Amino acid sequence: MPRRTDISSVLVIGSGPIVIGQACEFDYSGTQACRVLKEEGLRVILVNSNPATIMTDPEFADATYVEPITTEVLTTIIAKERPDALLATLGGQTALNAAIALDEAGVLAQYDVELIGANIAAIEKGEDRQQFKEVVEKCGGESARSEIIHTIDEAIAAADSLGYPMVVRPSFTMGGLGSGIAYDEQDLRRIVGQGLHYSPTTEVLLEESILGWKEYELELMRDTADNVVVVCSIENVDPVGVHTGDSVTVAPALTLTDREFQKLRDIGIAVIREVGVDTGGCNIQYAVHPDTGRIIVIEMNPRVSRSSALASKATGFPIAKIAAKLAVGYTLDEIPNDITQVTPASFEPTLDYVVVKVPRFAFEKFPAADPTLSTTMKSVGEAMAMGRNFTEALGKAMRSIDKAGSVFHWDGEPVSGEALDELLVEIARPTEGRLVATQQALRAGASLEQVFEATKIDPWFLDQIQLVNEVAESVASADALTRDVLLEAKRHGLSDPQIAKLRGMGAAGESTVREVRYALDVRPVYKTVDTCAAEFAAKTPYHYSSYDLESEVAPRERPAVLILGSGPNRIGQGIEFDYSCVHATLALKDEYETVMVNCNPETVSTDYDTSDRLYFEPLTFEDVLEVYQAELAAGPVAGIIVQLGGQTPLSLAQRLADAGLPILGTSPEAIDAAEDRGVFGRVLAEAGLPAPAFGTATSLAEAQEIAEGIGYPVLVRPSYVLGGRGMEIVYSAEQLTGYVERALHAAATDDRTTTGSLPAPLLIDRFLDDAMEIDVDALYDGTEMYLGGVMEHIEEAGIHSGDSACVLPPVSLSEAEIERIRRSTEAIAKGVGVRGLLNVQYALVSDVLYVLEANPRASRTVPFVSKATGVSLAKAAARVMVGETIADLRASGVLPAEGDGGTLDLDAPIAVKEAVLPFKRFRTTDGIVVDTVLGPEMRSTGEVMGFDRDFPRAFAKSQAAAFGGLPTKGSVFVSVADRDKRSIVFPIKRLTELGFEILATQGTAGVLRRNGIPATIVRKFSSGRGADGEPTIVDLITEGKVDMVINTPSGQGARADGYEIRAATTAADKPIVTTTQQLAAAVQGIEAVLAGPFDVWSLQEHMAATAERHAAADA
Amino acid sequence: MSISTPSTDAQADDRTAVLVLEDGTTLTGLAYGARGTTFGEIVFNTGMTGYQETLTDPSYHRQIVVMTAPHIGNTGVNDEDAESTRIWVSGYVVRDPARRASNWRATRSLDEDLAAQGVVGISSIDTRALTRHLRELGTMRAGIFSGEDLRRGGHPRPTEELVELVRSAPAMTGADLAREVSTPEAYVVEPSGEHAGQEPVATVVAVDLGIKAMTPQRLAERGVRVHVVPSTTTIDQIVALAPDGVFFSNGPGDPGAATTEVELLRAVLDRGIPYFGICFGNQILGRALGYGTYKLGYGHRGINQPVLDRTTGKVEVTAHNHGFAVDAPRDGESVAPHDGGRYGRVVVSHIGLNDQVVEGLACLDRPAFSVQYHPEAAAGPHDAAYLFDRFLDLMRDSAGASGSATNAAPVTPSSESEI
Repeated sequence: MPRRTDISSVLVIGSGPIVIGQACEFDYSGTQACRVLKEEGLRVILVNSNPATIMTDPEFADATYVEPITTEVLTTIIAKERPDALLATLGGQTALNAAIALDEAGVLAQYDVELIGANIAAIEKGEDRQQFKEVVEKCGGESARSEIIHTIDEAIAAADSLGYPMVVRPSFTMGGLGSGIAYDEQDLRRIVGQGLHYSPTTEVLLEESILGWKEYELELMRDTADNVVVVCSIENVDPVGVHTGDSVTVAPALTLTDREFQKLRDIGIAVIREVGVDTGGCNIQYAVHPDTGRIIVIEMNPRVSRSSALASKATGFPIAKIAAKLAVGYTLDEIPNDITQVTPASFEPTLDYVVVKVPRFAFEKFPAADPTLSTTMKSVGEAMAMGRNFTEALGKAMRSIDKAGSVFHWDGEPVSGEALDELLVEIARPTEGRLVATQQALRAGASLEQVFEATKIDPWFLDQIQLVNEVAESVASADALTRDVLLEAKRHGLSDPQIAKLRGMGAAGESTVREVRYALDVRPVYKTVDTCAAEFAAKTPYHYSSYDLESEVAPRERPAVLILGSGPNRIGQGIEFDYSCVHATLALKDEYETVMVNCNPETVSTDYDTSDRLYFEPLTFEDVLEVYQAELAAGPVAGIIVQLGGQTPLSLAQRLADAGLPILGTSPEAIDAAEDRGVFGRVLAEAGLPAPAFGTATSLAEAQEIAEGIGYPVLVRPSYVLGGRGMEIVYSAEQLTGYVERALHAAATDDRTTTGSLPAPLLIDRFLDDAMEIDVDALYDGTEMYLGGVMEHIEEAGIHSGDSACVLPPVSLSEAEIERIRRSTEAIAKGVGVRGLLNVQYALVSDVLYVLEANPRASRTVPFVSKATGVSLAKAAARVMVGETIADLRASGVLPAEGDGGTLDLDAPIAVKEAVLPFKRFRTTDGIVVDTVLGPEMRSTGEVMGFDRDFPRAFAKSQAAAFGGLPTKGSVFVSVADRDKRSIVFPIKRLTELGFEILATQGTAGVLRRNGIPATIVRKFSSGRGADGEPTIVDLITEGKVDMVINTPSGQGARADGYEIRAATTAADKPIVTTTQQLAAAVQGIEAVLAGPFDVWSLQEHMAATAERHAAADA
Repeated sequence: MSISTPSTDAQADDRTAVLVLEDGTTLTGLAYGARGTTFGEIVFNTGMTGYQETLTDPSYHRQIVVMTAPHIGNTGVNDEDAESTRIWVSGYVVRDPARRASNWRATRSLDEDLAAQGVVGISSIDTRALTRHLRELGTMRAGIFSGEDLRRGGHPRPTEELVELVRSAPAMTGADLAREVSTPEAYVVEPSGEHAGQEPVATVVAVDLGIKAMTPQRLAERGVRVHVVPSTTTIDQIVALAPDGVFFSNGPGDPGAATTEVELLRAVLDRGIPYFGICFGNQILGRALGYGTYKLGYGHRGINQPVLDRTTGKVEVTAHNHGFAVDAPRDGESVAPHDGGRYGRVVVSHIGLNDQVVEGLACLDRPAFSVQYHPEAAAGPHDAAYLFDRFLDLMRDSAGASGSATNAAPVTPSSESEI
């Protein structure tokens, strides 16, 4: 059936901010969908609050709304745009839930909007546990025995029949939020309590434990003609009990016979039909008993999911793109397979390689959190790798994680005796490091049976790990590195650094191994992902390396530009960098052959459609160098871009340059100049720019001396980090000693450094209290600067810029101050030698503009600035890097003809960026949420943008988009540090005028009452319940009786105070304000919300209005 | 294009095996399964599961099979999944054989089975490069040499000599192989599953040209009693069994050489006995109707092939294993050319969507249809299992409609509403 002709406009809902369980895979799928729908000639209306997405670039839709994804806002947009259809299956659970809410509110019926790609009944059948169980039974499958409960008492009763351990799963939550495994009644009460809260339907499913079973997933697609194909099978190396997002997974499934696999396929197809997924993708998860083969259907997602993105990248079959085509009426056999171009999409991809995905965690950011993996997803990103066998793919995937301790090693003596027994106990508990620990246990001589008993990892995988150990042993014991030894090592995924370590070759070992390899002609070849195991010729150069015979890289004539991506998402390095990389490829495609190198399957950059060539490879020196060599053999290479993908590619810059690779843009020396405090200090001194007093220490003694000199408090951090990793505000010598000792300890376990010294020098800065922090993104071509944007932070300095809300254009800076910022930024750009992007952070204190730091690379804020000002900084940067000037770019229209981000007119819209934090996911071993106070170490996973004509409205929108919005009535609890007591008087007074009831602890209440503000005193948590059971503030929050909490921690030690209050507030999902600046913004925002529903404008409307204003100004 | 392995001095190693193609390409790898020499037509299979079924599929007789999936043997070998009583492939080419089998049904490892049955194989070669080579140049003769056969008088045998040996091996075109794989004795498969122990709903004579165990099983579980008979069975012997339908199975060899089978099928058609054919059985129907068959460049061997059923407009994902195909007019009805149109009108009922190859024939004036692919799957998806139901419908309707064996009136399969 060809495309439906009764639809001419479609509303697409994106997935909002990046959160754990819902990351940039939905930008990938949404971008594909928007592209397809536009190609089909449909008017595309897009809503997504996340500015760091490619899909919200104005060219991907006809009307792009960077607005909160709330029923109210969506209704306004629908009323304004009157779309014919709504496509909500490509924006994750957020979009699906938004569609259900619109349907329930009658909005879809009222405006005659057809939900395409899924129907409400199918969504409910797929997601409602009880209904789904019935579906599975009807389809000849089995579900785990289970009961649905709505209260804790029902849960306790259910335990009698189901027994412990028991799996707890709340209905309608994403990424397994709120689910867990209860081993006893105490666990059960706690997990069910949370689960009931998270479930929008206050419903929780309890089920028999299938822990330790083999876990599989199938990705299916169905079209309107009822054709169904299985795009990919995925096997979890970690058995049931670990969320699939946190598991090491493999595609295709490797330990099933055809009969068993076909059973899964038959059940899957029956289920997708019975659920009634009309068109599009769907993911079904199964458990298979390792001894009997009994199959249990765990769950399904009637939409494109994280696994679909993985399956798309793993197979070359673009699920989201096809889903969008199916949604508008095509059938699978009418859609060509992009890769072969001659065969249709109505087939099942077959792989002649193995794909391994490894998750990346961020427990180091949440030291208090329990690191045990469970059915609640906790990883923040993932890396994928392909190889011609499992061991090759696994080795590449593990090194793609780009984190100390994430690869197999053979350091020191293997453990033995009691230590081995302990290790076997340790690996029974799934954690981030389990695979490496498993390898160590096998290395230490544990039998496959023992390790299987402990981990329940299939013996085939364990044998493969054992194989890697054997290969490593042969590398270590060989008389010399012969061709055979090297080839065998490479075929099983060992990197040059691993081989060097096995040979005891020391620091320069990696290059020696490479030289030997080259001399013996042991080089990788590049194979192609072609969906069909070479049955048909592939037209798409989507490559992965392997140590095999034949390479498939095609020769080319146009010069290539290699762009290094950012690797797995992590806190501090996520979608924002992928955004810049994608822009670079878009900007350069016309003149160059763009070659993307990346290993993150969630991203737009790793879509085979994005660049001219794609290498799905780890971002290590070795792997990047080999790609470069392969491309150099294929044709001329103009250069390599390292400054857009964040710290990962940037940290390779110097070595790549030393190896003779042409680095485009800012030179590695200049990058070093900005990082090296000594050099950078001279740059600032020459330009006459003040910086907070600072020093660089390589030992504890040095650190103490410097800190004494500067005076406490000081800000301490290792150099060369992103996202404020390890950054702390240190108030005393004692605290400093603790910090340095921890850093030394971390260095000892870091396999990339030699032990005994700090891995990188410590930077110690004077901490500026009460400063206004300013972030600047700029572009410099060597002579001229383009000021991209000036962002004023809402929180004071000391909170990581990634976690801080900010506003652009700055609402409280004068023109003179912006001019000062411009001059300073230009001086730095010139002094450092920037060619491309530069990000500078300033602190304004008592009229002194301090330079906090400068980074000569794309920053996290580039997409936000680009979206807020309507100018693509990353595109411009890419062109500057290949030699164009800002004048050229102004002439060609890439940059505006006049003015820049520092000269926005007074009517320019205001954009507020708000961070989204993952605290709710992380619990201590006691099950309490980790502390939520913000600090110099970044912990947010994503961001939203509120865009409106003034600050209060933009701020209110940002809050609505980030976490559901500010309260408009009810009670507010206030407890602030002494130094903040004066500044809260006015905003709190305003809150009472707006009708809020104020609750406060005794001290704060006293201040408020003396200022004439009525405040009810509530019991402190530490006082416990009163004699007559009077609740403490924590009880009130937990019971949902508090609508907003204002709690500013202060100074040393006191930061820990109020932990229970903050944790309870986060757990109760209520807004929490931890700085007085936030309070002022919140009060303004509340007033804006009370003033009436939000107005909405598309980015295209904003841009048209700006153009009109400029035309009027010129006239 | 040359993908030959650079010669290494490991040639004389007992672990070494060499794969030699008739075009002179040689690939050095490790010996797998039995040591020795083997020849055959080299073909590639793209299935990611089902190596046990593939190895025991008689259609692979005299073929060296290259698996594109890199890991083979992971689930070992069990006592249930074999499609016949032995391994039929003449040689086996894989990249990474499992060192350990892991599956609750496995009773032994795959290499044990290969070695025990004398199947010479090779591993650790670039199977993708080889597949691309075969895709571009087509299937061809090949040989695998390992162990003592790689040496002569203590020295490695020269490559030229091995290539000569391969070139003198018999080719597949013109090969009549059904007799070599067919059952020596007839046997009966009784109704099974929910029909076990009940009166059969129909009786089918299945002519074994290389039949897979799953085929009679698929019929039996629908209540059919299946007489599996040798390929040499005569029409009189078939008629003596009073079948409601006749089935011709898959099998190896060139349909152009299957003269006896073609004549046998014509006798079946002449008697108006409902007919269903799979794979070779499709090619024989094509020839019986007077169409030609031809050899595909590199064939279809895999379990992911999209086929359009033109009667329903639906796409099924199917298992394929064929190197030859029927050459019939793809669009609209045509009159079967044999004997001036004696068998009436024919449509191509199924078409391969990857390359538009004829994947199914349906007679409009005779109760006969066939498909080129494998509705019995094993290995492969079960999407096409409905064809067995279609065969049952055909037999039922035919029994109801005729009552005489002279087929005065055209017989049309009920489920095939012409479009």
